[in-house]
Amino acid sequence: MIEIKNLCKNFGANKILDDLSFSVKKGEILGFLGPNGAGKSSTMKIITGFWTPTKGSVEIDGQDVLTHSMETRAKIGYLPENVPLYDDMRVYEYLKFVAEIRGIEKDAIKKRIKEVIGDCGLANVIRKPIDELSKGYRQRVGLAQAIMHEPDILILDEPTTGLDPNQIVEIRDLIKKIGKEKTVIFSTHILSEVSATCDHAIIINNGKIVSEGKPDELAKTVGGKESVYLKVKGQSKEAIEKALKEIEKIDSFELKDKEEGNIFGFSILVKDGADIREDLSKKIYQNNWSIYEIRRKKASLEDIFRELTK
Amino acid sequence: MNKKYLKTIYILFKKELMSYFNSPIAYIFIGVFLVVGNWLFFKNFFLIGQTSMRGYFDLLPWIFLFLSPAITMRLWAEEKRSGTIEFLLTLPVTDWQVVFAKFLGGLVFLFISLLLSATIPFSLASIGSLDWGPVFGEYLGALFLGGSYLALGLFVSSLTKNQIIAFIVGLVVSFIAFIIGANFVLIGAPNFLVPILSFLGLGNHFYSIAKGVIDSKDVIFYFSFIFLFLYLNTRVIETRGWK
Repeated sequence: MIEIKNLCKNFGANKILDDLSFSVKKGEILGFLGPNGAGKSSTMKIITGFWTPTKGSVEIDGQDVLTHSMETRAKIGYLPENVPLYDDMRVYEYLKFVAEIRGIEKDAIKKRIKEVIGDCGLANVIRKPIDELSKGYRQRVGLAQAIMHEPDILILDEPTTGLDPNQIVEIRDLIKKIGKEKTVIFSTHILSEVSATCDHAIIINNGKIVSEGKPDELAKTVGGKESVYLKVKGQSKEAIEKALKEIEKIDSFELKDKEEGNIFGFSILVKDGADIREDLSKKIYQNNWSIYEIRRKKASLEDIFRELTK
Repeated sequence: MNKKYLKTIYILFKKELMSYFNSPIAYIFIGVFLVVGNWLFFKNFFLIGQTSMRGYFDLLPWIFLFLSPAITMRLWAEEKRSGTIEFLLTLPVTDWQVVFAKFLGGLVFLFISLLLSATIPFSLASIGSLDWGPVFGEYLGALFLGGSYLALGLFVSSLTKNQIIAFIVGLVVSFIAFIIGANFVLIGAPNFLVPILSFLGLGNHFYSIAKGVIDSKDVIFYFSFIFLFLYLNTRVIETRGWK
């Protein structure tokens, strides 16, 4: 559906995008990850036809976004970063403008606006001027604008920044709902969001793709080392450290925290592929210590992200 | 150019025109325009004692000089500052359609302000005999002149994110474009430049139309001037040159 080939964007000597290629299939939700300034927004600006690429091409259903700009734009609903809206307009007025300019038939406009208001939960604010809306409502108006013409493709640039946790969940659910029928690309730097909503994720850094795949597959690509968190009550710190050193499968460990009464928490890095939980519990049993907590940590998306974009 | 193309321009134009009246600025603008214009005109009117609008239309280019950049200053600068330009220019509309719709919105707004000043000729006609021919010529000339200022101001607005800069630069550039053909400039200019400057000055064409003689030369000049700057404006927008 969306085919991006060797995309480059330079501003003077500054390379914003450097030979970016990927494709998005129909009905897929693609999460676009990367630190600030990695090129997420730039890629979106090129797909939507706001910017022209320095090199490379973007095709939507086989149509180039430069040469068939009007056709491809009509297929896309776009929510730019920071949700720019016409602050002096009222919500209804704004949505009506969007509906008209998107070419919705005159007698269908009212019905469609009503549907969108329902989908995005805007019923309470439709008469308000946009500059009086809270951030959450602004975001919803932005989304309403993007889905107005029932586009095949939705491009959302950081749709959840600046929202409170409840609003984030709401917007996420909305994206999921929309994503059932449509192709969605959204960018974020909140990583849990990707695991929660995406079929596919791309991590980019300095204008290049550094990793790509299903959110849970990404973990493997980094060969993420497993770590174990252990909280144990023993005689002394030194005694516990000595015991840990005796376990061969442990790569390294470090003291994380301690509590009153010789309770120590360690973060233990495990050698590749090993499972040390049994060894640990045996060791502790032998010494007649007690386990307060033991927890296995897989390399999380956070770790991968930090690893890849350092 | 098909029906859909024009309809898109119309929808954009409607939004532009509406945005003037959504803020109090439009009403302040019209108020100031009418009060200043009427006051300056009627101040001398009873001294001169002629039922003619000559005096009013001698003033108008100078009033427009301040008001036109005030109309156009926010048109692009504000879209850029608030980021709405990214929304606007990713809609299925061409850059030219947007430029033209913005210009048209400004022009119609100016036209509305001018219409409201029509209380003057009607008052004049009620107290003496008014020759309507020149009055129409003068209004038409004012519209052309205003349109030229607007095209220029809109272009300037596309170059910056800052409304104040757009206003001041727009004012200065419009002033130069108006004054360039005036007699006191021509006196100081080298001989070979005189006919060129006299042709390029917005003012000369205005006074020529305002006399009531609608010469195609003046009309073509104004149309070319307006389209030149709308074209340049489109080019600036196309390059997204403000990044």
